[in-house]
Amino acid sequence: MSLIVNNISKSFGAVKALRDLSLEIAEGELFGLIGPDGAGKTTLFRIMASLMLPDAGSCSMMGFDTVKDYREIRQMIGYMPGRFSLYMDLTVEENLDFYARVFGSTIQDNYDLVREVYEQIAPFRKRRAGKLSGGMKQKLALSCALIHRPRVLILDEPTTGVDAVSRQEFWEMLKKIQRERITIVVSTPYMDEAELCDRVALIQRGKILHVSRPRDLGCGEKASIFALRSERGIHGYLNLLRKMPEVRHAWLFGDALHVVPRGPGDQSVVEAALKMVEDPSLKWEAMAPGIEDTFMMLLAGQEKVEN
Amino acid sequence: MTGEREHIIEVRDLVKKFGDFTANDRLTFHVEKGEIFGFLGANGAGKTTAIRILSGLSYPTSGEIRVAGYDVYRDREKIKRRIGYMSQKFSLYDDLTVRENIRLYAGIYRMKRKEIRSREAQLLKRLGMEEIRDTLIREIPLGWKQKLAFSVAIFHKPVLVFLDEPTGGVDPITRRQLWEMIHDATGEGITVFVTTHYMDEAEYCDRVSIMVEGRIEALDSPAALKKKYKSGNMNEVFLKLARR
Repeated sequence: MSLIVNNISKSFGAVKALRDLSLEIAEGELFGLIGPDGAGKTTLFRIMASLMLPDAGSCSMMGFDTVKDYREIRQMIGYMPGRFSLYMDLTVEENLDFYARVFGSTIQDNYDLVREVYEQIAPFRKRRAGKLSGGMKQKLALSCALIHRPRVLILDEPTTGVDAVSRQEFWEMLKKIQRERITIVVSTPYMDEAELCDRVALIQRGKILHVSRPRDLGCGEKASIFALRSERGIHGYLNLLRKMPEVRHAWLFGDALHVVPRGPGDQSVVEAALKMVEDPSLKWEAMAPGIEDTFMMLLAGQEKVEN
Repeated sequence: MTGEREHIIEVRDLVKKFGDFTANDRLTFHVEKGEIFGFLGANGAGKTTAIRILSGLSYPTSGEIRVAGYDVYRDREKIKRRIGYMSQKFSLYDDLTVRENIRLYAGIYRMKRKEIRSREAQLLKRLGMEEIRDTLIREIPLGWKQKLAFSVAIFHKPVLVFLDEPTGGVDPITRRQLWEMIHDATGEGITVFVTTHYMDEAEYCDRVSIMVEGRIEALDSPAALKKKYKSGNMNEVFLKLARR
């Protein structure tokens, strides 16, 4: 195992950011941590990166303990925090040079590793980092986190606030970096990005709800669900469905509503009710729950337990 | 949508230049009263620049622009009083309580004290936030904060509200609850002008415009755009237009 998190807890005052959390990540794996803001992703990453001490539990990377062996840990990781990682009044080139030197390296030593990312921003190498667009800042931050050839790359929400095109390009780059045998741990609030990871952990309120390969994620929850569409718009059906005791959840889902029946026999009751509605454009079809469906079912289930 | 509805935003040949860089290149479009208008585009496409002009925060270089019936050159203060604004990055004051935030915004829009008190009670009840009304904003979860921020942005019953990435970073259930709130607001006669990076949310808009490098490349209903660009969903439409 490249990374072992053992029963970590961390509180800030009354807020329990991490609650007895455990996780194992294999060497060379592209591992996704999926969860909303405030779930505990950043706290976990800071502990992994030796930047914060856990209240309880331990964390090790390649056999090194993140508390005791923090010097070794800091040499072997590349860490791209969510907010600040670039010096806005240094140029693109100066930032990259700075990060290489801090690790006793040079840009030339590992240029092959960052070449593809860096060449996209190289035309602006004399521009100050503060004057770059969001997408370009993100590419520079990735270059800086990689320039000392880390064995483990930790990326905290690299795609938050980034448009769909840049997000896709960013993930293509991560796949290439993974081929260099670098373990990648990445967090995101975007459920669709989960499908691009080898394995994902769903995290909420300091706890891991579920760990699996993305393609197995939907099967973990045994509910059969269906998608409902109508040319008259789907909002009107939300209230109708939610009033039915046979419906556990009805959620907006792009151009459809996703409906989760409460029990195995309930789907037919719901369908019978829908057939009574005078709307010739109303259609529904059974489907396997996707990652976002699964996550919402887990979230809703957890809230019920805690309340 | 028929063309006969009132236009709450009317933009003709909007140009905004910063030095020799053209951020908005002859934008022409309108927003109809009561619709949800999705304003999409890649980072750096010029969305924020346009929103700042439409909400009366900066002047265009040229073009004819009317918002809520007022001219953006002459009547910026009148425009500001009639719109609401919420963004993911900034919306509520962290070191004020839930109630203090509501009252601060209501006061800025010169609402009457009696009206504030009764509407505030209704709002806290609807959001289920009565118990945390005296809690500081920094101590409440992001999901609650965003729901409150949206409610505060429309508390003074604006005719038009600008939402700049209102759902960024929130969990998938809260994201949907916010969209239900947005939809309900249109029922109260509020027009919604919204940006998002979640392409499934583009489906909740009546019409969507997609900006690429300062220009509007496409503008239509989600269904018509999917048909035109032969795409199964709005993400494909967006990638086809924005990826070069």
